[in-house]
Amino acid sequence: MSQPSRISMLETMMLIRAHEERLAANAGSSPGTCTAVGQEAAAVGVVGALLPRDRILTNHRSAGHLLARGADPGRLMAEVMGRADGYCRGKSGSLHVSAKELGVVLTSTIVGGELSLAPGVALAQKMGSSVPNEGTEPGGITAVFFGDGAACEGIFHESINLAVTWQLPVLYVCENNQWQAFVRRDETMPHEQVRPWAASHGLPAVAVDGNDVEAVHAAALAAAEHVRTTGTPYFLELVTYRTRGHYEPDDQAYVDKDELARWKARDPIALQRERLLAAGELAPGELAHLEQRVADTVEAAFAFAQNSPWPDVRELLTDVYA
Amino acid sequence: MQNITVNDAVGQALAEEMRRDARVLTFGEGVATNRRDLLAEFGAHRVRNTPLAEGIIAGAAAGAAAMGLRPVIDLLYAPFLTLSMDAIMNSAGKLRYLSGGQFEFPMVVLARTGAGWTVGAQHNHNLEAMFVHAPGLKVVMPHSTADYKGLLKSAIRDPNPVLFFMDMTVGYTPGPVPEGEHVVPLGQAAVLRAGRDVTLVSYSKTVATCLAAAEQLAMRGVDAEVIDLRTLKPLDEATILRSVRKTGRLVVVHEAAAPCGVGAEVAAIVSEKAFAALKAPVRRITGPDAPAPSSWLLEQAALPQADGIARAALELLGAEAVPA
Ligand SMILES: Cc1ncc(C[n+]2csc(CCOP(=O)(O)OP(=O)(O)O)c2C)c(N)n1
Repeated sequence: MSQPSRISMLETMMLIRAHEERLAANAGSSPGTCTAVGQEAAAVGVVGALLPRDRILTNHRSAGHLLARGADPGRLMAEVMGRADGYCRGKSGSLHVSAKELGVVLTSTIVGGELSLAPGVALAQKMGSSVPNEGTEPGGITAVFFGDGAACEGIFHESINLAVTWQLPVLYVCENNQWQAFVRRDETMPHEQVRPWAASHGLPAVAVDGNDVEAVHAAALAAAEHVRTTGTPYFLELVTYRTRGHYEPDDQAYVDKDELARWKARDPIALQRERLLAAGELAPGELAHLEQRVADTVEAAFAFAQNSPWPDVRELLTDVYA
Repeated sequence: MQNITVNDAVGQALAEEMRRDARVLTFGEGVATNRRDLLAEFGAHRVRNTPLAEGIIAGAAAGAAAMGLRPVIDLLYAPFLTLSMDAIMNSAGKLRYLSGGQFEFPMVVLARTGAGWTVGAQHNHNLEAMFVHAPGLKVVMPHSTADYKGLLKSAIRDPNPVLFFMDMTVGYTPGPVPEGEHVVPLGQAAVLRAGRDVTLVSYSKTVATCLAAAEQLAMRGVDAEVIDLRTLKPLDEATILRSVRKTGRLVVVHEAAAPCGVGAEVAAIVSEKAFAALKAPVRRITGPDAPAPSSWLLEQAALPQADGIARAALELLGAEAVPA
């Protein structure tokens, strides 16, 4: 996979934003989602540093990771709406989407569930060269995305300890978005960052500005390279902020308005857009063109999802057992 | 026929399946230490010790299974399963369905349970019904040594997550196991003794108690049929129903407590599907709804006893109870 250009990173972030805002606007008519608005740089910067053979596990805010991986926005929306054309044929909804063809093994809505499975996925990658195992190419790594809330679960430490002990190729990506559902991160953790906890397990642990997609991408490239060449885990923390509510709809009455405004002023999409305009790499006309293309894609996706049929009720009992 | 212990039968099943399929691997707290023969034959990649962390052992197994490996994990004592429940129930059990069939979870979870070792409640708890209740999982709880081997081989080959419960008291008891390849399919009960008058249904070590009760009943001229369920999910309803339609009387026996237990399930199935054949109410003989005591005497008192089973059967027949 060639590395994404600065403009394509901007466009993918715009697509993720538009996709999530479209679903948010429709919440009530279609099921609500947990958006990652404000966190697009994390998804685009990290997923853009992965190879097709790599595997991804993520949490309830997975739309960005999936779209950055090349998911079809229509099928993703169809899944949220419980329709037959969804990635999981409507059985997942927004909270458990997986897409084998994209190497996305799991969206876990059990906070920390992704951390629980990640070492096993990486173990299969590590053993992949000697054992014929489905869907794994030698040299792949496992990227696992989780929040600061998940880092407060015991499984966070169990997972990292096992990955360090067994020398598993796991890239731990903590999106520290300052929120744990309706609880402020600083009410539940003594540190500003999760990094010190990870570092105590003896793996490289780095924190970067999660709102700067280029900084995230550079850090993720270095991290993925480390995991790939050494076969051992790495911890990357992206310091960011969830600017919409925990789920849709959510009036965010519990959020400090000044804090929200401060983070919105550091919007990752605006940051990258201004950077490219200032550098002359993006002309205002081109930007308008990108915006139009993204809007068209999302509207087409929404229409596709709405027109997708409901699953046959007989699907209720399929795929429970092999 | 070889005469080997249950522990050896389990070891043979593991070795044979690991030889047969390079995707099979095993890990847990002390697995590499306690199964040195497997370690020697298959190496440290496929036979692993783990940290003392049941959540991640089960989670790693689920992740590996999603990727096409076939892990067998040893979680030691059944009560420790509660620490691994998220990975087993919420991931392994549900993600085939939630993914629309994209991923499967061919893994086996071994856990020991059962009274007799006086280890007390935090090492001994018959939790099988909890897993029977969870969709996507299969549950096996053998009685005979041969079945330990044959059912474990099937469990390893099964594309679904399987909970494999072992009674800790039988580990060192030798029993006959056929030589060579011996595979017992999941979902098939065994009729260990044919009879006309009453059906005794059980699994794991209380099958032996039922056989003893059947002996007592025979001395009273009562002909009891004894069924070993072997697999609790899928449950062999056909064998149970066929027997009850013949005898018209049913006693279900297990060590686990009664509320929402396997006995309740068997009784419900029979009353739904063979009510007309019943000549008397279904009886359950179970362990108490109490934590497992450690004291040997109390532990034995908690176990279903052959006398009690025989007495219940006689009551169903309207006969005089055997004096206690
Ligand atoms: C095991 C578990 N506990 C609680 C919840 C409810 N819940 C859903 S999301 C969430 C917050 C998670 O916070 P974090 O991991 O920081 O991720 P974020 O939502 O901030 O992206 C909580 C508590 C859950 N889904 N799973």
